[in-house]
Amino acid sequence: MKLSFLAYRNMVSKPLNLLLSLLLLTLSVSLVTFAFQLSKQLGGQLNKNIAPVDMVIGAKGSPLQLVLSSVLHVDVPTGNIPLKEASQFYKHPFVESAIPVSYGDNHQGFRILGTQPQYLDFYNASVNTGRMFDHSFEVVAGSVVAQKLNLKVGDTFTGSHGLAAIAAESHDEHPYTIKGILTPTGTVIDQLLVTKLESIWESHEHKKEHAEEPHEHEHDDEDHDHEHEHDEDREITSLLVKFKNPLGMIQLPRFINENTSMQAALPAYEVQRLTGLLGSGVRTLNGIALAILLVSGLSIFISLLKTIRERKQELALLRTYGLRTRQLLWLALLEGLFLTFIGFISGWLIGRLGIWLASSYTQKGYGYALDVTAPDKIEWLFFGLTLLIALLASLLASKSIFKLNVAKTLSDV
Amino acid sequence: MVTTSNLTYTYENGEVLSFPDIDLTPGEHVLVLGPSGAGKTTLLYLMAGLLPATTGTVSIAGTPLHELLRRELDHFRGHQMGMVFQQYHFIKSLSVADNLRLRQSFPRNNPDQERMGALVQRLGLKDQLHKKVTALSQGQQQRLAIALGLIHRPKIIFADEPTSNLDDDNCVKVISLLKEEAKLCQSSLVIITHDLRVMSHFENRVML
Repeated sequence: MKLSFLAYRNMVSKPLNLLLSLLLLTLSVSLVTFAFQLSKQLGGQLNKNIAPVDMVIGAKGSPLQLVLSSVLHVDVPTGNIPLKEASQFYKHPFVESAIPVSYGDNHQGFRILGTQPQYLDFYNASVNTGRMFDHSFEVVAGSVVAQKLNLKVGDTFTGSHGLAAIAAESHDEHPYTIKGILTPTGTVIDQLLVTKLESIWESHEHKKEHAEEPHEHEHDDEDHDHEHEHDEDREITSLLVKFKNPLGMIQLPRFINENTSMQAALPAYEVQRLTGLLGSGVRTLNGIALAILLVSGLSIFISLLKTIRERKQELALLRTYGLRTRQLLWLALLEGLFLTFIGFISGWLIGRLGIWLASSYTQKGYGYALDVTAPDKIEWLFFGLTLLIALLASLLASKSIFKLNVAKTLSDV
Repeated sequence: MVTTSNLTYTYENGEVLSFPDIDLTPGEHVLVLGPSGAGKTTLLYLMAGLLPATTGTVSIAGTPLHELLRRELDHFRGHQMGMVFQQYHFIKSLSVADNLRLRQSFPRNNPDQERMGALVQRLGLKDQLHKKVTALSQGQQQRLAIALGLIHRPKIIFADEPTSNLDDDNCVKVISLLKEEAKLCQSSLVIITHDLRVMSHFENRVML
């Protein structure tokens, strides 16, 4: 028989003590791992999505809202801006690329984004099946949209006005046709239906009865003068800008904010601000969890101290069997370590269960899926910290083993 | 097998007890008799190396206990000695079988299922193997305590007041059992008691 078996039997022979210590430890570990993974994965997704865009130019309002709506697609836009005013930055010496985006419609809750094909390059997206859009009302679908709505190349749908899944109006007169399905990228583009800018303009012009007659979608290049006239008062939602060098980031936003009717927002800065706000919540949660961890360490200490006192005679008996003091110490430590191990594993599993449950919420609300991953480096470190606390608690509780008087304990000599 | 020489022990209150010398050959049995407070249990613990003698020496199987390091003494005791205590001490979280297996496992991992089967058969504990020790009757606990003192085939068996709580019939049974088992294991047997009923079973006696 191994000491580990005896430690295990000792541990389970006091189910109430065991349950209390396990509950505290499990609660603490599940809270820490859940908060850590949530913050890490959401932060990672946010950073991945904003990485390609250095600056967003849009209508004046909240810069955070502009970033959330135009880059992360989780909020409503601040308004529209004149294409003519925005287009002056296409060829700005600080600008490497500038891509206009326009949106305002959805299909079953997934945004229809009017833009240029270069938008796909921002996220290294490519067409997996079918082809890229060439004309108005041709669409390429992000991988998640295609999967969720079971879209195939050749399918048609009509967009609904607004960004909410349940919209009052639909653009029945301008059906979209799926021309391609994009490869999964793990970015926001997976959640979008991407089309030409003209699709958005044309569907909304029709709605506003600005168009004289219904458009023939395939005649885009036929009437340039007519289109040019339209270009004069076209609007876009925002312009996504990538700088050539960091100097642009220093000078251009201030210039736009001070000298134009538009506003410039820096996604990296706004997201940092946002995660800073969320981070304080996560830090509070972690603080509470660490306090619970210390209480669970205290609980292990009290439980083991009580156990060792109650089992003093058994420990003395084991000494007569030939077990050395350090073996008795190891027996007590094993009990604490088993408890920690079981508590950590169950807490970690509950934390991951929380991530799995939260994933359906974040996926539905923000299009961000959370992965149930293997433990990472920080979690291993946390496991080490938990073990250390349990080890210290067990060692403190086991101090009396060194002073065990076998003869006195067994028969009060 | 067991030799004690000029043993004395000083208690915390300053009282000093001196013990007569004992010289026991392998397989020999001895009864140590004395009234309560005479220091019988103290003598047993001195012989088992569980208490340090103030003066004098104890040698078992030619090994002077005072010359052993603490870990060597622990190992020696676990391997060579079997102890039957006046009060029964078991590991309460384990079953009867697991208590016996545990005793076989220390200090050397020597699980001997055959030995355990034969011993519990002779002691009438065969049907109790899977019970918790706390579920045993007083008599069954006594027999288990004896089994724990014998299962690892020790060279010397120390029994402290093994009959103190027993009626005459059971007193005879327990003494016979200890003597038989000691004979089967070719062990020396030291019984410490104040119970005069046991006297007639032993020719070799030491009075305290």
